[in-house]
Amino acid sequence: MNKVMSNKLMIALYTLPALILIAILIYIPLALTGYYGLMKWDGIGAMEFIGLENYITALQDTKFWESAYHSFLLAIFSALSLIIYLAISLILASKIKGADLLRKIYLIPMLLSSVAIAQLWIKVYNPANGILNSVLGFFGIDNPPVWLGDPKIVLFAIFVPILWQYAGFYILIYYAALKNIPDSLIEAAKIDGASAFQIAYKIKAPLIMGVIKVTIVLAIVGSLKYFDLIYVMTGGGPSGASEVMASYMYKLAFATYDFGYGSAIGFLLLIITLIVTVLIRKLTATDEEIQY
Amino acid sequence: MNKLGYSILYVCLGLVAVFQIFPLVWLVIFSLKDSREIFASPPLSLPEELKWENYVKVWQGDIAVYFFNSVWYTLVAIILTVLLASMATFAITRMKWKLSSFVLGLFMVGLMIPIHSALIPLFKMFLTVNLIDNPLSIIITYTAYNLPITMMILLGFYYTLPKEIEEAAIIDGCSINRLFFRIILPMTIPVMSTTVIINMIYNWNEFVFVNTFISSDEFKTLTVGIQNFIGQYMTDWGAIGATLVISILPILVAFLFFSNKIVEGISASAVKG
Repeated sequence: MNKVMSNKLMIALYTLPALILIAILIYIPLALTGYYGLMKWDGIGAMEFIGLENYITALQDTKFWESAYHSFLLAIFSALSLIIYLAISLILASKIKGADLLRKIYLIPMLLSSVAIAQLWIKVYNPANGILNSVLGFFGIDNPPVWLGDPKIVLFAIFVPILWQYAGFYILIYYAALKNIPDSLIEAAKIDGASAFQIAYKIKAPLIMGVIKVTIVLAIVGSLKYFDLIYVMTGGGPSGASEVMASYMYKLAFATYDFGYGSAIGFLLLIITLIVTVLIRKLTATDEEIQY
Repeated sequence: MNKLGYSILYVCLGLVAVFQIFPLVWLVIFSLKDSREIFASPPLSLPEELKWENYVKVWQGDIAVYFFNSVWYTLVAIILTVLLASMATFAITRMKWKLSSFVLGLFMVGLMIPIHSALIPLFKMFLTVNLIDNPLSIIITYTAYNLPITMMILLGFYYTLPKEIEEAAIIDGCSINRLFFRIILPMTIPVMSTTVIINMIYNWNEFVFVNTFISSDEFKTLTVGIQNFIGQYMTDWGAIGATLVISILPILVAFLFFSNKIVEGISASAVKG
């Protein structure tokens, strides 16, 4: 038995195809990104080793810092929006009729591509025919801002579709966790005279803290990687007001053919993502799983 | 809780539902109007008559090509991903070897990687081996990048399979291949179907790899193709609407039939992350 199940050849045969694939297509490219970052390279011609110059340039590049700032703003918005999602889940999970159906309706935008979502929301925001302005007009607001054209507003305008896209995802996660809380705990609290709000705030939310922490990591790290939606909706504009790290990297490489510098930014994106992931995991580490 | 409280809650939940669904309803509405009507009548009005011509018109363009490319890239990548992930998960969870948890770790770290950080070297690699503008580059990239998440969904299920099955099979003289393909794999069909659905959603909606590696129209997928299309027909909202509806329809149909699997897959892939 043991001999068959620890047959080295079979183990290699079963794991190597997958391993080779992730090595070649994920890990080697990641290492190469750091390496290309040390080069002056237009993507076609020969590479020229220039040491840390690209990385130093990046640290002094206001455009890079602006894009990083926009990424972090979106991350903070996303983390804050978790409060709304949690509130909705608490209502949904409180034995309400039709909760399953509602939860599924909320999930639908999550299934669509960011490109389709971006195109749809460009139409929603359209100054002449968009539904947003016609709804606002209905309420007597006749001079709404140019949503995607105003540098002060564009990031918020982009955040609404993000909020829309991911609502169902987080509600689904919270709802599943809340459903796992035994009724007996809630019943006991009710007998002790706790209000619905107290039960939600003092009992339910702390009991699913582990899941809440995971969603914080997901929301923040996910935001640092935003690309598709912003690339399609505004292309980082107007005048860089919605540029994020990934879109800046993409432009440097595939629009201006500065592959060396683009790689340096790509590597910084990787490092920032990994640091932030580890940092929030440490900060939000749960000591032990809650046992009911 | 009293009746008033409940009514308020339902109104709130209903408003959220409207917010989630309304932009899509509006999309379908304007996909059935012609340009004259879109620009002359209020955005929220229903179409005077249903202009199915919009759908016919865009389908006769390149959209059909993009659509079938999306279908076959998605399908081939799903088969490869689920098969390779199942094999690796089987070897990691059911077979005995020292490095198994290290190898598992290698796969799981893949979940944290921002794909954009690997994009430039991938582009260069595919350029070197002549795979730029070749569907193969897309399929293997989809497969590699979906392996970690697919394995994560499979893992829990493989761990719970009873040991006795393998013991009995091997005592009967069954080989590893036979054990895996004839006994274990069929047993994992419920969790496999979850991973198939999740992979389908990811692959169908993928944008940046196709946008970067594919330049010919004949190899583009819907997500990238609709970008071009919309670039050409800025003001033909009816056509744009029809294109977008076509691009999201397969996923919506899948959701209608497999919503429980999708819910299961999304929560499995999230909570454990």
